[in-house]
Amino acid sequence: MTALWAVGAALLVGAAVVAVLWRTSRTRNDFLTEAQRITFETLHTAWSAAPPLRAGLVPEAAKKSARHLRTLLGTPALALIDETEVVAWEGGGEHHAAQAVQLAGEVFATGRTRAFDISCAEPDCPVHTAVLAPLTVEGRVVGVLAAYSREPSAGLVRATNEVARWASGQLELAELDRSRTRLVEAEVRALRAQISPHFIYNSLSAIASYVRTNPERARTLLLDFADFTRYSFRRAGDFTTLSEELKSIDQYLALERARFGERLQVTLQIAPEVLPVTVPFLCLQPLVENAVRHGMEGKVGPGHIAIHAADAGDEAHITIEDDGIGMDPEALRRTLAGQVGETAGIGLGNIDERLRRCYGDDYGLVVETAQGLGTKISVRVPKYQPGIHAS
Amino acid sequence: MNSTYGIVAVLVVALGTALIGAYGLRVSRTTSDFFVASRTVSPWWNASAIGGEYLSAASFVGVAGLIFAYGPDMLWFPVGYTAGYLVLLALVAAPLRRSGAYTLPDFAEARFGSPVVRAVASVLALGIGWLYLLPQLQGAGLTLHTVTGAPDWVGALVVAVVVTGNVISGGMRSVTFVQAFQYWLKLTAITVPLVFVVLAWHAQGARDLAAPSSPQFSRETSVSFDTSTTVHAEQPVAFTGTGVVDGARVDGPASMAVGEHTVAAGSRLTFPAGAPVPHVSTIERTTNEQWALPMRSGEQFPLYGVYSLIIATFLGTMGLPHVIVRFYTNPNGRAARRTTLIVLGLLGFFYLMPPLYGALGRLYAPELLMTGDTDAVVLVLPSRVVGGVGGQLLGALVAGGAFAAFLSTSSGLMVSLAGVLSRDVLRLRGVRGFRVSTVIAVLVPLAMSSLVGRVPVADMVGLAFAVAASSLCPLLVLGIWSTRITTIGAVAGMLAGGVPALAAGMVTISSGSGDAWYHAFLARPAAWTAPLGFVVMYAVSLLTPRRVPPGVNHVMVRLHAPENLGLRSQDRL
Repeated sequence: MTALWAVGAALLVGAAVVAVLWRTSRTRNDFLTEAQRITFETLHTAWSAAPPLRAGLVPEAAKKSARHLRTLLGTPALALIDETEVVAWEGGGEHHAAQAVQLAGEVFATGRTRAFDISCAEPDCPVHTAVLAPLTVEGRVVGVLAAYSREPSAGLVRATNEVARWASGQLELAELDRSRTRLVEAEVRALRAQISPHFIYNSLSAIASYVRTNPERARTLLLDFADFTRYSFRRAGDFTTLSEELKSIDQYLALERARFGERLQVTLQIAPEVLPVTVPFLCLQPLVENAVRHGMEGKVGPGHIAIHAADAGDEAHITIEDDGIGMDPEALRRTLAGQVGETAGIGLGNIDERLRRCYGDDYGLVVETAQGLGTKISVRVPKYQPGIHAS
Repeated sequence: MNSTYGIVAVLVVALGTALIGAYGLRVSRTTSDFFVASRTVSPWWNASAIGGEYLSAASFVGVAGLIFAYGPDMLWFPVGYTAGYLVLLALVAAPLRRSGAYTLPDFAEARFGSPVVRAVASVLALGIGWLYLLPQLQGAGLTLHTVTGAPDWVGALVVAVVVTGNVISGGMRSVTFVQAFQYWLKLTAITVPLVFVVLAWHAQGARDLAAPSSPQFSRETSVSFDTSTTVHAEQPVAFTGTGVVDGARVDGPASMAVGEHTVAAGSRLTFPAGAPVPHVSTIERTTNEQWALPMRSGEQFPLYGVYSLIIATFLGTMGLPHVIVRFYTNPNGRAARRTTLIVLGLLGFFYLMPPLYGALGRLYAPELLMTGDTDAVVLVLPSRVVGGVGGQLLGALVAGGAFAAFLSTSSGLMVSLAGVLSRDVLRLRGVRGFRVSTVIAVLVPLAMSSLVGRVPVADMVGLAFAVAASSLCPLLVLGIWSTRITTIGAVAGMLAGGVPALAAGMVTISSGSGDAWYHAFLARPAAWTAPLGFVVMYAVSLLTPRRVPPGVNHVMVRLHAPENLGLRSQDRL
């Protein structure tokens, strides 16, 4: 009986481990016709080379992509060369590396595929002939793909040429990725610089009105203003903690209250458990600014703003609510889809984009609103996400 | 024992928990309180919350039961439960917090950047969590049985339902203040009755706890047997009662000769005051003097058992899934260390109490040695010693505290287990995924509890610790302190330590205690599985140097450099 249980338990544990491992690395092996098999293998190798190529011509990634590209071409040696050096050499005959850079110079100059005969003193060196094809991004040669073999052949030249064109496509995609990232970063920088002139003017005049009547309050407000601008103009780091972000929101609200007085009512409900959560820099403050603007605009009576941050297992749920004029859902949808400019909200689209980039498409902004019925914006942030740390 | 007060106490605790879950802590604050609202959880609150979540059935009823039955060797349980935090403090607390990980699988991913290491760590965290949840349910069954006489499965079901409902409705999701309150509730529930018990013991003449005589019934006592039990009488005992003893019908006065006797289920025997207590056959028969000496617990290889227990508890604490998630609430590594230090103090104080229950139990509740329900000693003692309505109220307080212990530990465990299940196994994110996972997380131990033999609660918790010490502890300690650990080494080490420990645990749980020589090695596996896990992880890592995860130095700087030095790497999107 005991033994039976032991075996059963061991099997159960084993099965669970296998099941999880299987889920993480699933492979398929079905029966294929010859043509399907060749297509499958070629495309599979090609796509294995794609992710490292997307990282660009940097040594570590290039080494990986060179391995797959060599499989694709079936040559004894293959090299990826940039303007100054051999970034990756796959296969034998590595002593030809210096020579390869020299040969590549010609390809860089002409932008055409060239074949070279190479004489080698070493008897078992597999490198006798080389085909160098340019890797181009937007019409500019950024690197050279060098395929080596024992015998010269027209087939090798054509195949190398095609592989180089395919690899160029991947490098162009990499460039596209980079420019998209640069765009988002530029938007964040713009967001930082985007403390509205109205806000500065209003804050300063509100502070000025206190200077004589309540110098202590004026001093506090000035310090708030200084801290708030320092945080917003901060240069380093894309991430911060929720507690830092809330602190900045507090300073912002203190300044707005100096202006609106009792009309601006704020309710906060913050679960202390989520304060250490890492969030993208300036992902909440613009939402609060939005809420103040929408909550107070065109209103005589008081406007009410509620900020909630709740603990939800491995996520933090944050909502920002106002009872103001609301937004037009259709216009908002266009803004979030990136179709219109900054009309519907300060950087809503940018925040949505950054959240999706950091945490995946499940974590975009959720906005509940209608004309005249207020706005509620919900943000979900996972407590842990690989590669994301507050700085 | 009059059960009314006890039932009321248990109901109050269960209802209170459910209400807090349903309504949450709806405390709204206005901006003037922003400073309060934005203040992070202080180490004191956090430490109390860890204590509240950590002090489980094993601590509340199990430790006293084991000491009651087996003597001071078992003091290593409370010592180990506490000292585990010392190891956590010295080796793990601050780097773990700085890693930014919320759960153990998160840490595995942050340190090794490998989905496979993460997957293995998740499976092990699940196994440990279930192994830990099981005794909580059992303990609840025992408490409800002792208080009301309900069958064992009722208590388990009550705890399972209350906790599941609570977790699903979104309440008690590790709300720090609720859990912190739980610690102080448990401390009160175990301390206040003990003060009265000790005073009463003193007033009744302070009988010697370590007299050179066997435990005796201190007054006329009737003992009910729910299961067929083999007892051993050292001296002839006379008794009256109804039931079946050694296959013969007993109705009225009878006696037991020296030797083994089998008492059938449903028997109710009444022993006169001063009669020596026949012991259930699995508990060593000792005089109170022998009981008070170490190495007399009657286990095989007692020294091995003690060392194994020390290794399991000292190293296992850091691998408990519900303890680790609490560290995330600390704002930085320094606060994590301070919290751990305070936890050490809080736990140390709490664990002063259970040994006293165990010792006094031998004077006042020796019939538990006969039925084998030794875990009930904490619950029975107050009403037995103090007597009257006061005694029953104190008994109710203990029962309520015990129930609070099951509820808080179970809910903490369930939240972390459901998190692991939904994220790593079922891959269902969002609220629905979490709910489905919660139900699965509770069904497994509930099903297991029906298969389980009679293993003392603290022993079973010890097994969870052993698995943690053999698998996740090497991952944490070597992962934090060595740059050489490779992904393959990490997986190999976790499996080499964890799988044997888990298998040994399953065998012990399903078959109960046995007599074979190897039983000690199965019931207390940590002394061989934990070194195995460490050695395999390090050796395999040395053999596969090419699989050191890239960027390991980057990760190490982040784990070890204090936050305010500005050394932390600036990871870009």
